Formats: sequence, structure tokens, C-alpha cells
Amino acid sequence: MHKFIATLLLGLLGCAQALAQGQGLDIEIVGGTPSALPIAIVPFANESNALPPDTDMAAVISADLNRTGQFRSLPRQDIIESPSTGGDIRFDTWRMLKQDFLVVGRLVDGEAGTYRIEFELHDVARRQRLLGLALSARSGDLRSASHQIADLVYEKITGVPGAFWTRIAYITDNRVAGDNRRYNLMIADSDGFNPQSLRASPHPFMSPAWSPDGRRIAYVNFERGNSSIYVQEIATGAQQVVASFRGINGAPAFSPDGSKLAMALSMSGNLEIYVMDLASRRTTQITNQSSIDTEPQWSPDGQSIYFTSDRGGKPQIYQVSASGGSPSRLTFNGEYNSRVSVSYDGKRFAVAQGARNVYRIGVLDRTRGGAGEMDLISPGRVDESPSFAPNASMILYAAREGGRGVLYSVSTDGRVRQRLVLASGDAREPAWSPRRLR
Amino acid sequence: MNTTTRLLLVALLATSVVACAKKTKPEMMDDGMAGRDTPVETTPVPDDGMYGPDDLDSDSCLRQRVVYFDYDQADVRGEAGAILACHAKYLKDRPSAMMTLGGHADERGSREYNLGLGERRGNAVSSALMAQGGSGSQINVVSYGEEQGTCSDTSEDCWAKNRRVEISYTAR
Repeated sequence: MHKFIATLLLGLLGCAQALAQGQGLDIEIVGGTPSALPIAIVPFANESNALPPDTDMAAVISADLNRTGQFRSLPRQDIIESPSTGGDIRFDTWRMLKQDFLVVGRLVDGEAGTYRIEFELHDVARRQRLLGLALSARSGDLRSASHQIADLVYEKITGVPGAFWTRIAYITDNRVAGDNRRYNLMIADSDGFNPQSLRASPHPFMSPAWSPDGRRIAYVNFERGNSSIYVQEIATGAQQVVASFRGINGAPAFSPDGSKLAMALSMSGNLEIYVMDLASRRTTQITNQSSIDTEPQWSPDGQSIYFTSDRGGKPQIYQVSASGGSPSRLTFNGEYNSRVSVSYDGKRFAVAQGARNVYRIGVLDRTRGGAGEMDLISPGRVDESPSFAPNASMILYAAREGGRGVLYSVSTDGRVRQRLVLASGDAREPAWSPRRLR
Repeated sequence: MNTTTRLLLVALLATSVVACAKKTKPEMMDDGMAGRDTPVETTPVPDDGMYGPDDLDSDSCLRQRVVYFDYDQADVRGEAGAILACHAKYLKDRPSAMMTLGGHADERGSREYNLGLGERRGNAVSSALMAQGGSGSQINVVSYGEEQGTCSDTSEDCWAKNRRVEISYTAR
């Protein structure tokens, strides 16, 4: 069935902007799970005539898979053989090491100074090749190539497309010269590497939100004196103010088709949900209640909007038709639920849940229908801003440790957490990008 | 409010401020907090009982520019009555004066909800000022939510300082 090696040329476009190279974020697995699938990722052999690669591709792939909690990659010191193609594999060795899956690969010379990366995924028990593919990459793009390989391996084994070759947006806050602050709107790879600033400001940024094509980011900034909503093109840096009405202009969220922006505005004197048509800039008021209504998020089909409201006393998540109407309450478990993130299938909802002084990330699972059950998947104490990966395998959120903001990714079942630590300053409000188009 | 009442209120406030100042660590205070650290002096009120622009710098009540709130609440506490009364009188006495009310929240809970909460606090202070003679045209409410805390510790002390509305005059 499988071609000997199916060539898959993945257009690894170099970023238009120079990447601010930096080992910005560290990795720390703080939990684990015994039921994870054992997989060995053998270090890829360099058989090219180019300089030795700057990226340990097997290490990047291992870290990606481990982060989901669904895999447990074999530690490097236990990898006692180094096959680089299927013909070199001695399956008995890997069976003895109790591995279910094995990934081998090598780098050879590609066209025009690129690397050609050939890799194979094998089922150890069946002694069967599940995947055999090649892709090409320039030397600066080997991390991207590794994430794409991890995506393909993840999809082949779980049946769900991976979400490693994606990006995250977040806000940083750094103290400069005395009491002055420097805020940055950042994007980075999904594992926190290759951070780059999209925009810096002496005024706070809030609420970054990706367009569904991953090309634009909407956000809030205060440089006009009051909160205003901006939309910025990632590749060019071009930005526009789309909402700067009297009062609050906050919580932007692109509709699934990218044509509209849901937002929270208080121009009526009270904070309400609105939908703006981006072409005409016309706004439609969706809610009308003397409560705080904010943090709109679209259902995947674009028919509903979920939002935070304290109309019942404390903040809870409600659902309303995207054309307006009477909202219904979604969350009943917990005294404070806010900032919902909706999974791609529209059946799981991550929230920041508060109880007294402890705020944790909760996941409301309605995949089995009904009102669903809420699991708390982070330890607190002031965790916030959950954001689902596009395949819902993981959730990013913000926490505070030692007086500064840090970002975590956590498997959706809460079993594996990884901290992405910035070299300096606060990080907050992570937003996971949609899938990238190959 | 007559002069005697005002002086009494100021004296009362001075007592509580001194008591309070003993508990808090000395730190850099902005204009609005200056009254908390230094002994409060009662300033002579001009004969006509009307505030003038210089009073913003010299009047011990007008120099207080911060109103604090309880957790997840936007009700103005009784203790803020004196501060709001003198600022309302200033707005009434000086129709050309303009102020911005900056609403703030502590770090707990979601940022956008806290943006709403900061505005609700700003609106509550605005209503109190208007009820005592200030005009809505003199007051601009801006919410910063939890984005501009005065401190960043995860503690009740710090949270209490951040749940506030800051009064700043944009025209005297």
C-alpha cells in the first residue's frame, strides 16, 4: 500500500520578517502519565554534505509528542541502536525496549542547498512501516520541519491531525528604566521557540485573537487613552484601528469565516456583545442587559456566540445566537466561570474557573451530550486565559509564579503540563493559532 | 456641606490615615496617595467657601485621588464619602474643571471581565460625584481593568491596593 517513499514537498517558506532567534522559553514536564504510548525517536542521521544541522530534529519531535500526554518517548540514553532507514531496523531490539512505535530518519542533500529529510514511522509489534515520507527544508527551517513530522506521526497513530506546526500569540510586559513598562505583542512557535515581536508599546496590549487563516491578529491596546481594537497583518505589520468607541473596546474574536469580529463595547453605557462586519465596519448589538457581557467566542459553525456575563450575579458562560436573541446559560459548575475557549468540534469548553481566591482552568466536556462535566486541569492559584490547540489535544493558559506571568501548555486531560518560561518579564494571554496552510 | 463639617471630616480622615500608614510599608506614592503618608493639615478655606485651582495642590482632601473597592464589588465604600464630597464640590465650584476616572481591578479573574469591572467602579464614582453636584460633562471614565496594577504580588494587601478608581484632573 505504501509507496517506497512518498515525496511530500512541504513548502517551508522562510518568514518574511527576520526571526528574533532566541531560546526564549524553557521546557519542564511537571506531570506524567503511565498510559502514554511508548515511542522511540532515533536521532536523525546527517548524510548530507552540508554543515551539521543546527537542530536536533528527533529531540524536537520527542518533546512535541511528550507534551500531549498521549506519548512517552524513549529517553536518549536508552536508544542503543541508530538505524536511519527501515532496512537498518532490528525490531527485536525495540520490542525488548517495550516500544510500540519507532521513528527513524536522515538528512540528505536536497535541491539548491536545502536538506532533504526522509523519515519513517514503524509499528514495532507488527514490524510494519506506517509512514515513509520526505520533505525539504532550508537549514533555518529544521524546527518547522520537525514540527511537521511530529504532526504527521501524531495523525497516523491517533487519527487526529497534529497541532505542533502552529504558532502562539501572547503578550509580554517588561519593566524598563524605573517604573516604565514595555509591552509586546508576541508570536512564537507552538513550543515557545522563535519568539518575535509583532508590535511594542508603552501601553498595555490585551486579548490577542487569530484570524481563521492565521494571517491577522486582532488585539486591544490603550495608546489612544482608552481601550481600542486593532487588526494587524502579521506578514506586513500593517495595522488598523477597527473599534475606538466611547467606553470599553475589548475582547475581539474573528468569526469562523473571517468576515466578522465579535467584540465587547460599552458605548451604550453598559458593556455588551457586538458583532462588526469587517468590510462595512457596521456593528450589530447582540446582548442588551445591565450586566458585564464580554469575552465573546464563536461556535465552530458560526451560528452561536459564547460569552461571559454576570447577569446572574457572578460571571458565568452563556450562549446566544450570533444574530442576537435570548441567551442560555452554559456553565453551572463553579461560582465564577469566564474567558471561554471553544474546541474545534464545539463540544469542549475551557474556562477560567474561580472559587474564593483560587482560579484554575476548567474543561467542560459535552462530547457525550447533556450539560456535560467540568474537570479542573490546572493547579491555580491565579490561572487564566485558556486557549485550545486547533486539534483540542492541548490547552495553553497563563499562570503567575513568583510575581510574574508564565505560560503553560497542558494536555486536555490535565495529565501533562509544560511551562514555557520567558527569559525576562511577564508573559500572559496566550492564544493558539489555527492550523497553518501547507 | 459647611466648613465645620468639612474640617471635622478631614480631621477624622487624618486619624484613620495615620493609623493606616503605620501598617503599610513606606513606598513611592503618587500624587493621589500623598495624603496617606504625610500628616494631614487643614487648610484655611477661602472666605467665599469656593474652591480655586490651587486647592488641588494644597487642600488635604482634594489631594486624595484614590478610592478603593471590595473584591468583585463596585459599591463606593462609606469611607470614600469625604473624598468624593470635596471633589464633587470642586467640580461644582469650577465648571471648567475636567477629570478622568481611571477604573482598576485586581489580578483575579479574567482580564476582559476585569475591564468591565473597572468601568463599573469608574461609573459608580462618577455617579457619586454627579449626585453631589458634579456634571457628567466634566467626568470621563476610562477602565484599565487589571492592566495597570500598582503592585503585582499575589496577596490580599496587593489586591486591595489595585481595586481602585484614580481621579486625575485634565483641566483645573
